[in-house]
Order: sequence, then structure tokens, then C-alpha cells
Amino acid sequence: MSSLEIQDLSVWFGHDENRVDAVKGASFAVPSGASFGLVGESGSGKSTILRAIVGLIPTWSGQIRVDGAPLGKKRPRSFFKDVQMVFQDPYASLHPRHTVDQVLGETLKLHGFKDVDTRIAKLLEDVGLGQPFRFRYPHQLSGGQRQRVAIARALAPEPSVLLLDEPTSALDVSVQAEVLNLLSDLRESRALTYLMVSHNLAVVAHMCDETAVMKDGEIVEVMGVEDMRAMTPAHPYTRHLLDSSLGYKPSDAQSA
Amino acid sequence: MEKLLDIENLRVTFPTRQGEFEAVRGISFNLGRERLGIVGESGSGKSMTGRAILRLIRPPGRVEADRLEMEGRDLLGMSEREMQRVRGEQISMVMQDPKFSLNPVMRVGEQIIEIYRFHTGASKRDAYAKAIEMLQAVSINDPERVMRAYPHEMSGGMGQRIMIAMMLVTEPKVLIADEPTSALDVSVQTQVLSIIDRLVRQRGMGLIFISHDLNLVASFCDRVLIMYAGRIVETCAADQLHQARHPYTRGLLNSLPRLDAPQPRLEALKRDPAWTLAPSVSGRI
Repeated sequence: MSSLEIQDLSVWFGHDENRVDAVKGASFAVPSGASFGLVGESGSGKSTILRAIVGLIPTWSGQIRVDGAPLGKKRPRSFFKDVQMVFQDPYASLHPRHTVDQVLGETLKLHGFKDVDTRIAKLLEDVGLGQPFRFRYPHQLSGGQRQRVAIARALAPEPSVLLLDEPTSALDVSVQAEVLNLLSDLRESRALTYLMVSHNLAVVAHMCDETAVMKDGEIVEVMGVEDMRAMTPAHPYTRHLLDSSLGYKPSDAQSA
Repeated sequence: MEKLLDIENLRVTFPTRQGEFEAVRGISFNLGRERLGIVGESGSGKSMTGRAILRLIRPPGRVEADRLEMEGRDLLGMSEREMQRVRGEQISMVMQDPKFSLNPVMRVGEQIIEIYRFHTGASKRDAYAKAIEMLQAVSINDPERVMRAYPHEMSGGMGQRIMIAMMLVTEPKVLIADEPTSALDVSVQTQVLSIIDRLVRQRGMGLIFISHDLNLVASFCDRVLIMYAGRIVETCAADQLHQARHPYTRGLLNSLPRLDAPQPRLEALKRDPAWTLAPSVSGRI
């Protein structure tokens, strides 16, 4: 198990006059085995935080600590075993010309596992797909099945932290329920730590104990799940998000 | 109720190597001056229904119906030229993602002016004035600047408002909105919906609102059709949606995580093969 700590994290793109500060001094801590949510609108920097943690964006400052050990610019090999990411769009994150077997096999080989064959079978079992799916290509899978493959790939190196970037926003609600249940089960059976990005507050409330609300690259509020359910946020922006998530009210038409 | 659209036994068929595939399998409904929601999962045929009404299904796909009428005029019997007059002038459609429905190499203004002049034959000056007025109607504060801009300079919410302005500039009687807000953030979503709501009310239009979001449809529409595997399995008043009885509708509602009612596990939808076989429920009133 690993905990995740972010302190004064800033992430930027470009330089000089073209510099955009995507994340400005974000701090939060995810205890080992907990599930932490990040919500906000597009462009608020929530996905950027995940990408900076996992090493997809080199331009960051501040501190990222996994299990107390701060990360440098170059991440140790063990980091990639310990921290894995599931991306938003299962249509874009799987190689179209690789079978499920190749996708999982490659990850396992890269991480130096010897018993690749039995591990692939076990992983597919764990995400509820089973053997019949092993030699299929992504286009032969539905959206929900693809996301299960992406989750299996993330689980392959036996990580303790999963970074989930809108894992269900491309899926139908019925499939979303299945994938969220799968994620809850996996967290329990493997004692995983989750950091989950979503724009859907109900999903975050269902999955996470604590949630950070982001706006324009800054965390405006960190809120426990009870406060969220009780609709008692401290920041007006959170209030606004919560209200919008409840559906459409005709009274909004007059004010617009 | 005054009928704008009247549809009976609509079918959309695509030939495939495994035989014919019916995306829409004989559905009937009508539309008055109301907000009608169509909900269902991906692949349930809801978007195909919207496209079929405008005859936007390309061969080898086929659209068949016992009746497909707009104010008593048969749409299926029309020539392509007559159909062009219907599209945009009588019935307009707003699609999901403005990134793919606006022309990327044409300025926003030109696109709105083009559609207006095509349908009304107005002068350039009148069309320009009308376009400005329409952009103001969708709450765009600086219409002159937006008219000169290219679509990539606009945010998603702006793009979708431009689409709505473009689709309503000819004052159609029916608007088909296919997931108009799914690509937008929640707060922008509310704005765009309120714009659609206000314009539809003011102009007394009929709206077909296609969405996968049950809560949104329940709060936004007057009446709802629930589609499954190309058929309508249930119809109800939108405010009664939460009391829906069909196990499919119930399953969809229960699979949603809820802010106010925590549950340890979400209910996964168990599909009954009988749902696919059951005959379509009529949405005609």
C-alpha cells in the first residue's frame, strides 16, 4: 500500500509570454488505501495533476510524494510498477492493432514478469472478462469491455496506486455502474489507493471519501463526502457545481 | 393538440454481411408544441430516429414508415430538393459536438448568413442583421466579434450556442437536439439548456430532445419516450419518469449513483431478452 501526497504542485505549459499555468500550488494528501476525488470543469487542471504525477508532463514544480518518498525529475523504475493510470477514452487508449493478449503481455514483459501466460488469464478473470476475450482486437469489444481491458493493463504490474482519469465518462450509465462496481471491488481486494478525476459529482461521491474541487488551476475546497451529500459546501463555486449536477430547473431560464 | 410531426411504424434498416440490421424497429410517436425527450443507451436507435425524420440516413441504409408527416405533408415522398427546403426551414437539428458540426474553414458569421439566405433569399445586409440578432438571442455578448471568428476560436459552450443560433435563424417549427449538451461542462450545460428552453417556449416550437441522461430529461422535457434495441419500451410524462415501471427504465435509473442516497454498490442492469422481442409502445397521443 502506498499513500500519495501532493504539496504546492504547479504545472505549466509553454514559456515566457506563452506560458499557461494549468495548476497553481495544489496541495492534498491521499492516505494509503483511501479514495480521493478531483472535480472541476474542463480546463480546471484536474487531469493535468494526474498527468504530472504519472510523469507525462515534465514541467512541474512542488513536491509529489509516494509513500513518503519525494519524486525527482526522473522517476525510479519502481514508481511505474507502483503507480498506474487508467485513461478516459477506452477507444483511444488501446492500440487498435494489438490484441488484448498483446496489450497485457507487453506490460507484463516490460515489468519483468516471467509467468506472463497465467497472469494474463488471471487479470482477465479479475476484471470480469475471461478467456474468450483474450485474442480479440479492441474493435471487437464494446466500450465497457475496452475499459475493463484498460483497467486490467493498469493492474498488470500490481500497482498500489491507481490514477483514474474520468474512467466512465465515455460509457453508458448501465455500463458505468458495472465499471464503478468493478473498481470498488478491486480496491477492496487489492487494497488499492485511488485518485480519481471526474466531472460527475455523483460518481465522485459514490467512489471517494474526500474530494478536491478545482477551478482555474486552483483547489478551491477539499470536501468530505458527507458535506457533499448534505450539500453544505464552503465555497460558492462548489455550491454552483452541486446545483448544476441536480438537473435542469426552469427558473434558470429566466436568469440566463 | 396541434400535431407538428406524426410518425407511424418508422423503421431504419442497414444491410450487413450478416443480413439486415434494424436500428429502429417500427416506432410510432407524434410531436406537438412540446418538449419530447427520447432516452436510451448507445445503440438504442435514438439518434437514428432523429436522423431518419430529416432523411439523413445514407444508402445503403433505408428509412421506411407507414407515416412520416410534418404538418400533414409526407416527408418520405418528397424529392431531395423539396427535402432541402424542409431541413433547416421546417425542422432543424443540433448535434452533439459543435467541433464536428461547424465548418472549420468558414467564419461563424458567413455560416449563419449562408443558411439564412439559402432559405429566405434575404439580402446580405438583412441576413447580417438577423445573424447578429440571433447571436444575441443565444446570450452572446459581443456578436460582431463572434461573427468574424472561426469555430476553433470558440469554446465548446460558445460553439454550441452558435449552432443553436444557426439552427433557429430560419425559425423552424421543430428542433431536433441530439445530445446537445453532452460535450459541455455542467454549468455551461445549464446555460445552453436554458437558452433552448427559452427559445422553444417563446417561438412555440416543438422540440425532440435526444439524450442518455435520465435526470436531465426528467427535469427538462414534458414527455419522454424510452428506447431499447430500436423500439419504444415505455412512455411517460417527464415528471413521472422516476416512477417509471418498465424494468429497463428502472434499471437505468437505479444504475445511476446518487448524491442524496449513498449505496455500497450500484445496481447493474440485468437485460431480459424479452425486452427486445416485446412490441413497441406507441408514443402517439
